[in-house]
Amino acid sequence: MIGRLDTVDMMVNMGPQHPSTHGVFRMVLTVDGERIVAAEPVIGYLHRGVEKLCENLTYRQIVPLFDRMDYLADYNNELGLALALEKLMGIQPPRRAEFIRVILCELTRITSHMMFYGSFGSDAGVTTPFIYAFRQREEVQQVLESVSGVRMMPNYIRVGGLREDVPADFSERLSKLLPKLRQGIEECDDLLTRNEIMLARSAGLAAISGKEAIAYGLSGPNLRASGVAEDIRRTQPYSIYPELEFDVPLGQNGDIWDRYCIRLEEMRQSVKIVEQCLEKMPDGPTMAEMPKALRPPPGEVYVCAENPRGDFGVYLVSQGGDKPYRLKVRAPSFCNLMVLERLLKGCYVADCVLVLGSLDIVLGEVDR
Amino acid sequence: MDAREPGDKQRALAQVVERVLAAFHPQSGTILDELVISLTPQAVKSACQLARDDPELAFDYLRCLSVVDLGNTLQVVYHLYSTRHRHKMVIKVALPPGERRISSVTPLWPGADWHEREAYDLFGVTFEGHPKLKPLLLWEGFPGHPLLKSYPVSGLEEVPG
Repeated sequence: MIGRLDTVDMMVNMGPQHPSTHGVFRMVLTVDGERIVAAEPVIGYLHRGVEKLCENLTYRQIVPLFDRMDYLADYNNELGLALALEKLMGIQPPRRAEFIRVILCELTRITSHMMFYGSFGSDAGVTTPFIYAFRQREEVQQVLESVSGVRMMPNYIRVGGLREDVPADFSERLSKLLPKLRQGIEECDDLLTRNEIMLARSAGLAAISGKEAIAYGLSGPNLRASGVAEDIRRTQPYSIYPELEFDVPLGQNGDIWDRYCIRLEEMRQSVKIVEQCLEKMPDGPTMAEMPKALRPPPGEVYVCAENPRGDFGVYLVSQGGDKPYRLKVRAPSFCNLMVLERLLKGCYVADCVLVLGSLDIVLGEVDR
Repeated sequence: MDAREPGDKQRALAQVVERVLAAFHPQSGTILDELVISLTPQAVKSACQLARDDPELAFDYLRCLSVVDLGNTLQVVYHLYSTRHRHKMVIKVALPPGERRISSVTPLWPGADWHEREAYDLFGVTFEGHPKLKPLLLWEGFPGHPLLKSYPVSGLEEVPG
């Protein structure tokens, strides 16, 4: 009897006001029963026109705007802008500044991945990981706060170095924190990674091959989960990364579980990097000799950096003024989100939140 | 700090690019350490296809697609990368004055999709052959293209709060 009934595909709006969309983001789903036939991501709800604003601000005024793009990786964004201007102007920041920058960026990577871990648990329907993650995250956050004075939007990394040196007890606090952090990451791992329900929900789901991931322009953990060994810290090294030892974890299947595992392993590697930096960090100035006004020579530069979410690119065109002529940001979340349409096809409606969560996006940089 | 001069790898790549893409008469140069070639709007699609499929170039990864408003012309800039050879190249295409159309590269790199839609939205460049060209960041019916230099930062229209 049922076989003879006509069925129609139904359109379902997911978001924009929905807590599991990690911001303001809408998916227009076409569903056939419980299966997703087509999905169309709709973005732009958080568009503030950052690129246009940048064209009308001096270079030093731009730094806070970069904080507000990927607000979970604020230090990394600032570094991206600083790298672009330093390359264009031929400035070499002092060595101590380079070490502090890398420490801050790796700590931010840990807090960002912890945020992923917590929200990923919530997306899958368990709340405990969120509590575990935030307990760890808070301790890192306090160290970051002691450096810049704020918890978010630090405005700390400047062109040519840093706003100021780190507080005197920075190394001490950090050396106490790292063993605890290491243990905390293992606890998180034990709690969720090989949980049977977690595996059933994520292994083999929404998989993407390495070749396809490259074509879609995926980057960061999402690309490496598909087995592509692309980490900008290794392939196009910047700052002091060539001097540091760390592994680039790779996945095999490019499914949700791989994307999750890569981030967990990256946290361990980040702890390793911070430890090495602490050991090697020299004394000295934290700011290069800088002109009063930043006026890079006419020209252009494209730099990229490995953000927690992937390849963060800054394309800067200068015409010699104190403001950029054009500043385009290649935001990793923006590029990673494009693949969602392809990943969701054929998934169950119940999994769409988990698929989105596994891409780890920040809408602040998707919409800019 | 990255190198500010082209290295041996870039110079070798420049020769390969000039040989492989000879039919499209690319003008090559360098900006800091990056290889930059200029192409005509007509050549861009076939040249990009060749750059992607040629085993020596193998530019399989489109990192960024930007548009720059140079006053009388618009310039479309492609930042390409090869995951196989780990080399990079920049392609620049200057649109003739008044011209706002160029071939889409989304059929070559699906990752170009939103970059092109964003450029369509914010600069008004039409990418021909794009499967679903429609505004991305601004709402449908938004007047003008904000990233053009002729568009003021504030004052054109009150945005309802």
